[in-house]
Parts: sequence; C-alpha cells; structure tokens
Amino acid sequence: METRRVLHQLFDDAVARYPDNTAVVEPGEGSINYADLAVLSNRLRDRLHALGVRSGDRVGIYLRKSIDGVAAIYGILKVGAAYVPVDPGAPAERNSYIMHNCDVKAVVIENRFAEKFRAEYERLGALPYLLTLNGTGGGRALRQALDDADQEARAPEIETASSNSRDLAYILYTSGSTGKPKGVMLSHENAVSFVDWCSEVFQPESTDRFSSHAPFHFDLSILDLHVSLKHGAALVIVSEEVGKDPLRLAPLIAEQRISIWYSAPSILALLAQFGNLDRHDYSTIRLLLFAGEVFPVKHLRALHALVPKPRYFNLYGPTETNVCTFYEIPTLIPEARTSPFPIGVTCSHLSSKVVGENGSEVVAGEEGELCISGPGVMLGYWALPELTAQGFIVDAAGLHWYKTGDIVVEASDGNYTYMGRRDRMVKRRGYRVELGEIEAGLYRHPLVEEVAVIALPDEEAGVKIKAFLSCGQEKHPSLIELKRFCSEHLPLYMIPDSFSWHETLPKTSTDKIDYQRLKEMA
Amino acid sequence: MTEDIKGTVKEYILQEFLPGEDPNELTDTTPLITGGVLDSIGTVKLVMFIEERFGVTLQAHETDPDYLNTIESISNLILSKRS
Repeated sequence: METRRVLHQLFDDAVARYPDNTAVVEPGEGSINYADLAVLSNRLRDRLHALGVRSGDRVGIYLRKSIDGVAAIYGILKVGAAYVPVDPGAPAERNSYIMHNCDVKAVVIENRFAEKFRAEYERLGALPYLLTLNGTGGGRALRQALDDADQEARAPEIETASSNSRDLAYILYTSGSTGKPKGVMLSHENAVSFVDWCSEVFQPESTDRFSSHAPFHFDLSILDLHVSLKHGAALVIVSEEVGKDPLRLAPLIAEQRISIWYSAPSILALLAQFGNLDRHDYSTIRLLLFAGEVFPVKHLRALHALVPKPRYFNLYGPTETNVCTFYEIPTLIPEARTSPFPIGVTCSHLSSKVVGENGSEVVAGEEGELCISGPGVMLGYWALPELTAQGFIVDAAGLHWYKTGDIVVEASDGNYTYMGRRDRMVKRRGYRVELGEIEAGLYRHPLVEEVAVIALPDEEAGVKIKAFLSCGQEKHPSLIELKRFCSEHLPLYMIPDSFSWHETLPKTSTDKIDYQRLKEMA
Repeated sequence: MTEDIKGTVKEYILQEFLPGEDPNELTDTTPLITGGVLDSIGTVKLVMFIEERFGVTLQAHETDPDYLNTIESISNLILSKRS
C-alpha cells in the first residue's frame, strides 16, 4: 500500500473534492463544511507559525471534543507539528505533566482549564504559549481567539508543511505501570497506513456519517477523525456526557443517522441493556465496530438482536500499533456461546507472529505473545529509549517486532483468539490462573452485569483473588449462591477469595474498566 | 444438643468464610466444599476449629466432602465422635 502521504494531505484532498460536504456536526452547536474547516485550520496553522511553532514541534490540545478541537488538530498538523491531545477531565497535574514531558511549544486550551494548568505547569518549568479559547462549540471560540490575535497583529499566511511520512503526527499518552503516563509516538506513516487499511476494509463513502464517541486522546479517534475526513464523510461529535448516558445516546445515534459506529464495548453493553433501543430507528447503521476490550458475548448477543442489520467487527490492537487484527462477527450468534469471539486475522498492512517464552516462534496452535511489525507500528515512547527497546524484538533480518503483551492462540482457520494479558495470569496453588477466565465464568451468571477480577499479593496465600461485580437489580446474588455458581463453571482453584458488589464499576477515560482504581479500592 | 453444634458451626463458617453474607442463606444442607465456600485451606481451618472447639479428633478420611460438606453432616460427625 502506498503510504508516502500524510494526514493533512488526505484532508486537503477531501476539501478539494467535497468542499460543500458537511465535515463535522456538533449536535446543539452546529456544523461545519470541508471548505470552512480548511479555512479555520489554516488560520490556526498561520497563528501557530507566527508564535514560533515549527515542523517537528509538539502542540497540546486541552479542549473538550468539538469542531474547535477538530480544527485545532488539522491546524497543528498543517504547521508540521505533532498534536498532543489530553483528557480534559483528567487532573491538571496529570495534563501538565504530559505537556511538559514532551516539551510542547504551545497549547490550544479552553479558558476553564487554563488557570489550574498554568499553576501546575509553572511548578515544572517555563510555560509554553497558551492560545486560550473562551469555551468550545461549533468552532466559534477558536475563530474568536484567532480574530482577537489577528486584531493585535495579523498572522502571515504560510504554506502548509509538506511533512514526511516518518514525521511525528501525534503523541498519545497511555498509563504507565510505573505510575507516570508514557507517550506513544505515532508518525504520519503509522496513521495513514491504518487509515488506508480502513478504506480497504470498510469502503467509506462521502455519504457516510461517522460517530466520534472516543475522546481525542484515545486511539479509536484516529479512525473516526481521519477516515471520515479522508472520504468527504461527516463526523458527528458525541459529547462526553451524552456518550456515557445510554438514554440520551440511543436517540442521538438515530437522529444523527449514524452509519458507522465505533467505540469500546462497554457503552454498547449499556445501550443494549438500558438504551430502549427498540424505540429508535437504526436502519442507517451499516457498520458497528468495537475495540479496546473483550465484549462479553451475552451483551453482544443482546445488542445484535436489537440492531441486527449492520456488519459487526471486533477490532483489536494496542495504541502502539492501532488496530492490528480484526474479526467479523457472524450474523447468527449461537445461544450456547459464552466464550468471547476471536480477535481475528492480521490487517493486510501489518505482519504478525506468536512468540513463546524463549523468544522463538511457537508451533501453530500453541499459545504465545502476539508480536506485530509493519508501517503501523509506533516510532517508540517519547524520551524513554530503554522502555522502547524493551517493547521490541529484533529478528535475524533486522526487522522490529512490537511485543503486544497479549497472549493469543492461532486456530486452524487462521484466526487468533485472545487468551489474556501476559501480566493478567497468576499462579494459584500451583495452577496457572487466567483472571480473564474467571471473569468469563462470572459473566455467565444471569444477574451479573459487569465483572472485574484482580489478583493481590498476599503474605499467607501468595495471591488473593478478588472479584468486583455489578448487578442488574436491587438484590444481588448471595455469596453462597455465587460461590456455588462458580464451582459449577470454574475449577475450584479459580474461585475468587472475595466478592464485592457495586452499582457500577469504575471506568477509565477510554471507557474500559479501571483495574488500577479497583486495586486501590481493594 | 444437636442445635448447639449446628449453631456454633454455622456461626464459625459465616464469620470465617462468608463475611457479610445473610445468615439465612446458609442452611444445614448448603454444599460447602463442592459449592466453593470452603477451598482446601478452608477445609483445614474448619477441621482445626472442630477439633479444638468440640474436643474431638478427625481421621484423615473424615476430612473429605462425605463428612464435611454440609452443616448437617459435620454435626452428625461430631455427635458420632462424642457418643
């Protein structure tokens, strides 16, 4: 696949072909077409350049998801810099750590976040330039901020940077096991090779309407933003509040005539259970994509029964590679099936292999760690050369393979099945216990809605297994009933030592169960 | 006499292995070992409790589910040892 192109070039090509098409819709705040989005992003490009931002620099984005945010992303790319989006809901301390860590030259920030950010950042070093917006919504705040800056001194118009495919496009920070987030560096080539793969498999049209459910600091947003805007399609922004609330989200998806949905499974499970989906018309949805964690089959089956028409795809891949394997869910999901679906086959732009504990490739059918190579694989972790080196194996031919940390098994049909995280396996009484297997067992209980199982070191027992659950109704099953249920579905050595019930389980900003938080609660 | 034993054993099991559980859920016939309430370490603890609390000694074969799986069967075992 030809990948000498860069993200902002894909966008500009779409602008030339579809200037009047709607580019971004922000329900309640209006919409913007391709031509106007191009103008807005060009103006930001010029302003950033006037502020001293040059090719290769990093620029932070500290905004709620909005048309302003999308314009900011492209403005930053067009000046040749990499965008560094942060979670606006995260503490200012964490966000300033991130911005300082990758030494941003400027930050496009909403004024509601600016004061705390400033205070935190000044503890770390000299403040970068802050382009402060009076809120976000419809692109108006960005436009106003640019107008105000132009009043003082007009920013000269410059040419859009002709970046190279190996240039940094964005840095996404993910949680680090040491406690400090680490920045995954992704190049234009990384992004474009993935975007092109999406074009090949999903065949987007300019008439498509993509959901933007994921926040911009989550790599699911790469598909939403850059695939929709490559094809002249419309991107419909789902705000964070609506995105968490199935009762408001369900009608929105229908009203906005979404044709391609992409999100983590947890919101889909909530929609299936609480969204009253049968009240709405989802005939426009043609693709339903999910990624980020295992989708419990009982909830997938329920969703599929309510929304049967679209093609469903399970997409898998860490931030370091974006999507690297995919699997199409069959139209008929057997009632008896409880085990999660495979993560599928390797995407055509990448290569994969399964490696055993000794570092060499396993025999077919044996489990091992999934390793990926190809143009979609990250450049590395920002300023962490050792950690970066540890994340790769270099083979005899000098090819770099990224170690995903995920254990898989290849079936005879070539599909990979996910077995668990390398670090989610513990030994209990000498037996190998996969925490995910315990979760799958507990999910089979009809009253159990969410499950998360953690292992904690214990002086006496070596390890103690704790299960956190949420239930669909007032009265949850008794401990005795739960233990008996476990004894019927799991080997005795896999039955958790303790169980606790919660209304819902804590989630991360990317909508996955927050295991870190659960460990702290335990 | 029988009720005392059952009550005492029930109280111990609730306290030690089923914190926070509704006492009404634990009946005389609730399967303890096969039902996952007592794992292998739990069974050992229960045996130690029975021996200490009731002044009896259990044979090796008397520590398996046939004898210890329910409060009913535990109580019968203790009674038979005392008579």
